[in-house]
Amino acid sequence: MQLESMYQEIILDHYRRPHHAGLREPYDAQVHHVNPTCGDEVTLRVTLKDAGGEPAIADISYEALGCSISQASTSVMTDMIIGKTVSEGMQASAEFLRLMQSRGEGEPDEDLLGDAVAFEGVSRYPARIKCALLGWMAWKDATARALDGLGQDQSSGE
Amino acid sequence: MTNKVISHGAAKPHAGGSGPSGSGVSPGGGVPPRADTSLPSRAAAAAVLDIEAIRADFPILGREVRGGNPLIYLDSGATAQKPRQVLEAERDFYTTHNAAAHRGAHLLGEEATDAYEAARTRVAAFIGAEPAEIVFTKSATEAINLVAYAMSNAATSGKEAARFAVGPGDEILVTEMEHHANLVPWQQLCERTGATLRWFGVTPQGRLDTSAIGELINTRTRLVAVTGQSNVTGDVPDIGQIAATAHAVGALVVADGAQAVPHRAVDVRALGADFLAFSAHKMLGPSGVGVLWGRRELLEAMPPFITGGSMIEVVRMEGSTFLPPPERFEAGVPAAAQAVGLAAACDYLDGLGMASVEAHEHALTGHALEVVGGIDGVRIIGPLSTEHRGGAVSFVVDGIHPHDVGQVLDELGIAVRTGHHCAWPLHRALGVQASTRATFYVYNTHEEVDALADGIRQAQQFFDGTRGVVPLGRQSGAA
Ligand SMILES: Cc1ncc(COP(=O)(O)O)c(C=O)c1O
Repeated sequence: MQLESMYQEIILDHYRRPHHAGLREPYDAQVHHVNPTCGDEVTLRVTLKDAGGEPAIADISYEALGCSISQASTSVMTDMIIGKTVSEGMQASAEFLRLMQSRGEGEPDEDLLGDAVAFEGVSRYPARIKCALLGWMAWKDATARALDGLGQDQSSGE
Repeated sequence: MTNKVISHGAAKPHAGGSGPSGSGVSPGGGVPPRADTSLPSRAAAAAVLDIEAIRADFPILGREVRGGNPLIYLDSGATAQKPRQVLEAERDFYTTHNAAAHRGAHLLGEEATDAYEAARTRVAAFIGAEPAEIVFTKSATEAINLVAYAMSNAATSGKEAARFAVGPGDEILVTEMEHHANLVPWQQLCERTGATLRWFGVTPQGRLDTSAIGELINTRTRLVAVTGQSNVTGDVPDIGQIAATAHAVGALVVADGAQAVPHRAVDVRALGADFLAFSAHKMLGPSGVGVLWGRRELLEAMPPFITGGSMIEVVRMEGSTFLPPPERFEAGVPAAAQAVGLAAACDYLDGLGMASVEAHEHALTGHALEVVGGIDGVRIIGPLSTEHRGGAVSFVVDGIHPHDVGQVLDELGIAVRTGHHCAWPLHRALGVQASTRATFYVYNTHEEVDALADGIRQAQQFFDGTRGVVPLGRQSGAA
């Protein structure tokens, strides 16, 4: 059944018990992203660290309001990205975006994506792709700001 | 034959008359008495609609969707489906008469112009207006923007337009219940002119709260913009009362009829408002055309919004003068085929009788409030009674995000809307982030309402951890 392929058990698990949720201090940048079509929102913080001369992700913390897909996707993303270097994280993010745009035809790179391959079914439902991408886009934005030393996102809504 | 079609109004499809096919209407009782609405109905008795005959006019309702389920379309509030009479009217225009209306001197140009103007006359009759008061726009959204931009243009448009000019110290009054289309243009007008935006709040039941009307409508109020029916809670505000109070202080009243005109008889002479905006696509008509009705003397004094071809009188390099309304507000080659389609939609709806349309939706709404509102863990966002209430039934399901509810319903072939339905401030005011919304129209059945309730229960089962145990599927007996 299509619906079961979209709502994989792993997605529902993350939805019911999101990992790394809550906003933590200290952080290097915070952003607020919304999905204007449905009002889903996430406030997300990134803390960087140095990993042998390369910037890496020490922590991602967040507060999110939204559907199972956006909540679970953000949770899975933090599992994958925390501890990675920024460039590894960006690579995974690009691969996830590619998977989401695949209309169910993607052959996701499991080594790169780990649990995030569970979202393959979502790519068949164009209306839900933005849900799956909300946390990832917030992470990319926050990380870019942290690297630029920009800190707080002033443009955020409420 | 061609000439007959043209001279008699292009709204007529070429075969079989333009009303609903078969006996779309059957006289008879069985309709629950309807509380009077603030949008006055044309005096006509409600008849029971023959829904099966109506459904046969809508080819799309024969579609199967996800997994072979027959389509249950409960999203007419977003856009309505089109009967073949409307499709045929548009097709007939394109296959027989297509030309740029109000441009060419050739035969087709004449026919296209006649068809377009006949459509204007037909739409005027549908809402009790004069043809010259009907301005075709792209949509309800554009119609509202037309008034808002005409008001800011009024500052630089001479004495005649002065009554539309607003500035610091003036107030524009809206409501917290508005669709963004009847809110953001007024916010922007205030930003451009320095006027102040104020608003009516809503009650916890999702009704318009007019308790502060005495203070909110005052001598600084220049315009009041209010919906004819909330697209979320279904509330039908008392526009007559608001307009009387507004007119007493000399303020203009804009009614957003996008959810009102499709669903019950609206007579602009009895409505009380000065302007009324609506979209064809929500009333069985084509997308790409909408209507701004305005009182003739107001349209005559109002400066244009969009300028260009077809709306000018004389153009010189130094400057231009403009045509009277409605042409003044219709720059560019008009959407004639779409206007013709809208006229056919008016024929179709009048063929059913707007009182019957209203009674049918009223019955479906009452049924939905009962069976959807009666589910444990489901809360209706809006009035629980059908009094002064249209057929938008929005709800939240405890613990399940509307997107996820909508996904399960979609899997069952049931199309609903999820999110904030372009009414974000209203959702905020009612303390919900988003909702799921079912909306009804002439082709919906009571079985479909039951299928919706059943689908919601399946969504609850799906997300409470027992999925896999409970196979998802339509219950037998559902449409
Ligand atoms: C109450 C209300 N007003 C205005 C609109 C705007 O209509 P349109 O998008 O056709 O311009 C809508 C529909 O989306 C509506 O429901």
